[in-house]
Order: sequence, then C-alpha cells, then structure tokens
Amino acid sequence: MGKPQVAFFDFAGCEGDQLQVINLEEDLLQVLEAVDIVSFREALKGHAETYDIAFVEGSITRRSDEARLREIRRNAGVLVAFGSCATNGGINMLKNFQEQENVRRFVYGEQFFHYETYPARPLKAVVAVDVEIHGCPVNRREFQAVLASLLAGKKPNVPNYPVCVECKMAENICVFELGMTCMGPVTRAGCEACCVTAGSFCWGCRGLVDDPNADAQREILARNGLTLPDILKRFRLYTGFSEVSK
Amino acid sequence: MNATTSIRIHHLTRVEGHGSVDIQIRDGTVERCQWQVVEAPRFFEAMLRGRKWFEVAHVTSRICGICSIGHTLASLKATEAAMGIRVSAQVVDLRKLLLHAENVQSHVLHLGYLVLPDLFKVPSVISLAATHTEQVLLAIRIHRLANEMSELIGGRTTHPQSAVVGGFARWPARADLANLRSRLEAALPEGIALAQFIREHSANVPAFERETEYIALSDPNEYALYDGRIASTDGGTFPVDQYRQVCNEYCVPQSTAKFARHRRDSYMVGALARVNLNHHHLGPAARKVAEMFGLRPVSHSPFMNNAAQAVELVHSLEDAIRRIDDLLTHDFKPEKASFAIAAGRAAGAVEVPRGILFHEYEYNKSGECVWANCVIPTNQNHANIQKDMEALVGRFKDRPGDEIEFMVEMLVRAYDPCISCSTH
Repeated sequence: MGKPQVAFFDFAGCEGDQLQVINLEEDLLQVLEAVDIVSFREALKGHAETYDIAFVEGSITRRSDEARLREIRRNAGVLVAFGSCATNGGINMLKNFQEQENVRRFVYGEQFFHYETYPARPLKAVVAVDVEIHGCPVNRREFQAVLASLLAGKKPNVPNYPVCVECKMAENICVFELGMTCMGPVTRAGCEACCVTAGSFCWGCRGLVDDPNADAQREILARNGLTLPDILKRFRLYTGFSEVSK
Repeated sequence: MNATTSIRIHHLTRVEGHGSVDIQIRDGTVERCQWQVVEAPRFFEAMLRGRKWFEVAHVTSRICGICSIGHTLASLKATEAAMGIRVSAQVVDLRKLLLHAENVQSHVLHLGYLVLPDLFKVPSVISLAATHTEQVLLAIRIHRLANEMSELIGGRTTHPQSAVVGGFARWPARADLANLRSRLEAALPEGIALAQFIREHSANVPAFERETEYIALSDPNEYALYDGRIASTDGGTFPVDQYRQVCNEYCVPQSTAKFARHRRDSYMVGALARVNLNHHHLGPAARKVAEMFGLRPVSHSPFMNNAAQAVELVHSLEDAIRRIDDLLTHDFKPEKASFAIAAGRAAGAVEVPRGILFHEYEYNKSGECVWANCVIPTNQNHANIQKDMEALVGRFKDRPGDEIEFMVEMLVRAYDPCISCSTH
C-alpha cells in the first residue's frame, strides 16, 4: 500500500498558509517520508485525480469558483480548511460590509463589469469541511500536529479556549496593562499568542472561540476608550462571517 | 516546417497564484498567444476604506504571503509620509535588515524550490531531495536563516508584527543581532555555493533576449531597496509621488490583475531591473557572482532574472552583515516612537523581491484611511511577460509543442510572478 496522498489547493488568499508548509524547512522532508504530496501548484508540477487529505487555503469570492471547490470535496477523503481565509473568511470579509458594485468600481473603474465577485465566504459556506486549521497564517506546529492526527486516524484537537491562556503561558504582560486593546479574550487560541509576544496585540485572526463572552469583550473595549463603531470594526476585521451567519 | 500546435496551460505550476497560457500555432503562424491572470480579486484598496492608521499595514500585509514584509514596509512608509512622521536612523537600518531577510527568503524559495527543478527537468524539489540532497539541504539552511532573521526583527516570518508606524513595537537585543551576524557570515559562502550550483546547471536556459525598459528604485549612495527615486534604463528619474505617471495601469479582460506601461508597450521590474540599474552599488561578493553568470548591465534576457536573484541573495547576505556592524558600533537601543495623527496623502515605495512596490493612502484627520492605491511588482510585469511570450513563441514556433510549452513555463517562472499579489 502506498503512502497517504495529500493535496494543497487555494482560492482567494495570499498563499501564506501553504508557505508555512515550505517554512517547515528540514521537517518538510520528514513530512514527505510520511505522505505523497500529489498536488501543490505553488511548489510542484503534476496533479492527481483523488487524494486522501486536501488542505484548502483561501476564501470563496466568486460563484464560478464554487464548482472547483465542490470537485475538490468530491475527490478528497478529508477536507481541511487551511488558514483564516478558509475557516472564517479572513481579511477578505472586509469587503462584505460595503456595497459590492461600489467595491468593484472603486478598484477597476469603468471596466468593473469584467471582474466577477460576490461577498467573501469561508469554505464551509459552500461545502462540508472536516477539519479547520485557523490562523493568518497557520501555525506550522499546529499543521504538523493536525497532519499527524489525521494520519493516525484520530480527530485533531482544535483549541477551544481564548488566546489569553497561551499569552499567560508565554509570560507576556497583558496589552490592556500597556494601554492597548486586544481581541485575545474572545479569540480561539493555537497561535501561542505570537502577535502579543512580537510587541503587538491580538487581532482576532483565528476567529471566535465557541460561546465567546462577547458582551464582556465589548465592555472591556469600551472601558478602554473604543467607541461602538470602533468596537464593531475591531470585531469585523476577522470575525465578520460569524456575525452574518447568525 | 509549417507546424500546428495548440498549448493550453491551465493554472501554471511552481508560481504563486493562478495564471494560464493559451497558445495556438497554425501552419507556422502564431494565431494566439496569451498570458491570462485568472486569480480571484480581493479588492484590497476598497477594503482599506474606513480602517484606522494602525490597521492599514496589518491589512495590506495580507496582499501577499511571500512578500508580506515588503507590503508592511511600503505601507508604513506611505502612512508615515502622509502624516509627516519621521523615523530614526536605527529604525531605517532595522527595516533594511528586514528587507534583506525577505529578499533572501524569497529568492532562495524561487531559485531552490521553483527554478532548480526546471534546470534538472524534474517535476519538483522533492525529486531533487533524493538526487542532490546536499544542495537541497543547503538551500533549506539559507531559507531557514532568512526566516529566523525575519522572526527576530519582524516578530514573525510571515505577516510581521513588530514593524509599526513610527518604528518598532519590539526590538531585537544587541546579543541577538551579534549572533545573527555570525550566522550570516557562515551563510555567505553557502549562498555563493548555491549560486555556483545554479550556474553550473543552467545549460538548458533558452538563449533569448528582447529589448525592454527596466524600472527600479535608485539611490546615489547604495543598492536601493528601502529608499530612492524611481529610475528607468530608458533614462531619467522620478520622485516616488509621481509613480502613477510611471505605472499607467490599465485593465485587460483576460486578467484580473491590471497591466502597466511607461514609455514602451511594457516594462520589467524585479531583481534584473535592479541589477541593470544599480549594478555599481552591489557588494564585492555579489559582483563576483554577477561576473560568474556573465550578467552585465543592461541585460535584456528575462531568464537572467534568475541570475540576478542569485546575485542579490549574496548581496543581501553581505550587506546585512555590514549593516549589523553599523548598528552595533553605534549606540543601538530600543526607542519609543512619538508622533501625532494627521490628515494627509502620500505614496511610499520599496523594492521587494519581485520589484518596485507602491502604496498610496489618504487619511482624514482622525487617522482613518479614506482612499488607497497599491501597485504591485508583478502587476507591472504582466505586460512584459505577454510581450516576451509573443517574441519567444514567435522565435521558436517550429519546435515541438512540448518544447515550446516547457520554454514558456520557464519564461513565466523566471519572472517569479506573485500572481495573487498582483491581483490583490
């Protein structure tokens, strides 16, 4: 029996998540011992008809792209939404809160009609998704862990606690103490609080935890000087889809 | 021989993003030859409207996973120029280091993982890992170092977090910079060895030239990456604020990315454009690599862009060492930026791995972005790719279809196109 076949695909996004696979550096060679990568347009020539696991990056932003995603779904044993654009629509959701024809005209001017688009959405709005790896970009270690689980036939463990938990473990000073505001209290962990560690704050790229305490988050942002429109904007940077899907 | 060939490459591989090629040759006449960009647009300029000044670089970084550092820095420069914010000399030096890190990461990715398989006529680097393990591990080591350098200075390898408006949110320690310096010194001969390996296996690169215009930033004092004026091999320099008179973007129905032209039908940006314009500012080791490839300005072969990337890979390693020395002999220490938010409009430009990148924003007095424009290197290259493809196919139209297809793929790959970035 051959090795499990793994494929990578992408839709609207920056390919930064697939880049994290290449960024595994020497570890990538270990991954290649365990699986056959049969489709990875960014890195190799050739393509397979079916595959055991498909990692799909990017959001769906055109009706004409839905058929390609459905075909991938049909050909894949397990479909993994790979990165924020795929799991929650990512930054692409920002255009959904503007009038779509205006968005097209703003970028393409009079010739806007050549360029198809519709409100951005995560993969799960079009097909059934089996596993989600969040993050903008994904955490390489989490990718390795999920792949290892899938190869062992186990259900991958996706954290369902806020970034604050990992931020404490990273021994960061709370950014609210430093006079900044943060989405960490309601955002799903798994990133090891990398943005706070790098001197920034949590932007919310991994989406909301299940049952987030959104009221408390709104209150703490307001107490730290954000107006209601500011708070809404902050939530919409990455979690706009959970808002419209409710 | 009057050849009839039909070539349809759907989603060209080993490039970033979705591009296709449609070629029809009938009885020795090229009836159709088209480079098509089918990537889904994300409408970044529209998405920026209404976002706060400190979010703008975070959003535009997402234009591209591979050159997220370049987008962040072009964005910060535009925002700082719009608001009249000045940054210190050590901030500029750290940002230049960050650009070097990205340049090395991206060039090694392109040369080692995407181009080398063509030189050996194998489908991917995976096959090479078995036959040329040592060289593949060499490429991985340099790639890893570049990524760790990005992480040290920018906070992450992709979508940096530490570079912010006014300076840095987190500063590397002196000891970390000293350690990075010794690693770069060890990597320099490895970079040269990788360049040599590529040179030794470049026999199947097509002999092809087409005269065109090359555009890049240029600076009287150094090999311009972070700062400078817009320069052209056709003569003249232009201030960054006049970038729209240089790019002249236009829409074509076969591409979701805009095309650009200056004085001719097309122009080229990227490593080759930079070497063509700024060869005299390369470091000594980089100049030797240029010599080894026979790369002398002005080179009109698009395939020489690969050689130019190898040259720059070495230049970035040696210049980064020099810059760290500079930082450490001066009083390098963390500083806190202080500035006022103001209304204004300005453009910022940096050289990123694939060429000159422009961001321009307008802010209102509360620091909200009300208008934005981004012109991406690959955007500016699309028309030149089209013109080169027409010339290349015309020249070799009597060759067998699979040979033409292979050459066309190599041509597009030589540009190292960042297609989703160009559509944005």
